[in-house]
Amino acid sequence: MNQDAVKDLLVRMADDVLILAHRHSEWTGLGPVLEEDIAFSSVAQDKLGHAQALYAILHEHFGMPDPDVMAFGRAEADMRSCHFVELPNAEYDFSLVRHLLFDASEYVRWSALRESSFEPLAKLAHKIHGELKYHLYHAQTWIVQLGSQGSEESKARMQSALNAAWPYALGLFESRSGDADLVASGFFPGEDALRAEWEVLVQGILEKSSLTMPHDHAAVLGGRDGYHSEFLAPLLVEMTEVYRIDPSATW
Amino acid sequence: MATIVSLDPRVTRMEIEQDPGSAPEPKAELDQFPTFEVFHQERTGAHHVHVGSVHAPNADLALLLAKEQYGRRGQTVNLWVVNTRDVVTMSAGDADIFVTTPEKTYRDVGAYMVRNKVEAYKKQMGDQKS
Repeated sequence: MNQDAVKDLLVRMADDVLILAHRHSEWTGLGPVLEEDIAFSSVAQDKLGHAQALYAILHEHFGMPDPDVMAFGRAEADMRSCHFVELPNAEYDFSLVRHLLFDASEYVRWSALRESSFEPLAKLAHKIHGELKYHLYHAQTWIVQLGSQGSEESKARMQSALNAAWPYALGLFESRSGDADLVASGFFPGEDALRAEWEVLVQGILEKSSLTMPHDHAAVLGGRDGYHSEFLAPLLVEMTEVYRIDPSATW
Repeated sequence: MATIVSLDPRVTRMEIEQDPGSAPEPKAELDQFPTFEVFHQERTGAHHVHVGSVHAPNADLALLLAKEQYGRRGQTVNLWVVNTRDVVTMSAGDADIFVTTPEKTYRDVGAYMVRNKVEAYKKQMGDQKS
């Protein structure tokens, strides 16, 4: 097994969910209605759990630092999250669109990983499949509600948020030099295959929502090489604030 | 101008005028979502049990929101939601209809002597097996 390629893949997957979990959690207490506030916060908790599970695999099988250190003890340049998950929440329309595009990608990715040749990953993929199904269901219900079921204003806002999010969302599927080995060994299907499947899934949901899928955008890249948007550094400062007071503390 | 208490929007989001001299403005009519009653099923085959309600603009969103309000802890296999308006109910003033019911103990299961017969039958079947 190409260990460097595996680490690269699992770290970028984990970092994406970790950072998005934090962004989602910023809505806690501020959600549009009480019930949705709770639901969105629960999605954020689930995401954090997925990141932790991935860091645990990296720790147990590949000798990486333990999950807390991976999540809270790394410098910005060592993070591998894409710009898409780093962007601030802005309005709820953007958060919902990001939630849909990200979770459609997670659903496709983890569904495929159930067949991974790497057993710990396949096991985790089976375990969290129901959660991801719900995350996608949650996102899709809102998008349809605010798209085809909504008002002219809500539909226009969703479309404009979608257009803004699209080039960043494509950055989720940046191929890496080691990926070919992982595809050959059946570790995962490769970013291009996942993106193709994701586009079909997203297209179907957008059609139901009377929203138009943006075309011909270049992906926003850089995060996988440690070049991040201006929004990651302040997020890390806030997210790691308590940890940095005493990294050796036991909770 | 009052001192800034906090920049956290959780703390400062309500900008309420603090002048006790002025009469309160009449409130606009609430534009609340309707409510849906939620029924929770713990195991396959078990009854769906009423557990509370959620605010939602329609049934699809009610089901979605019920999942987190009532299905995020413990065991769940299924949920129902029903628009509260669709629940047909007796009037609270008609509770007197039921006043004498507790006296009719002959309708209670305890009033039947089936239990002894069942016990005896079970014992008999057990004896035959062994």
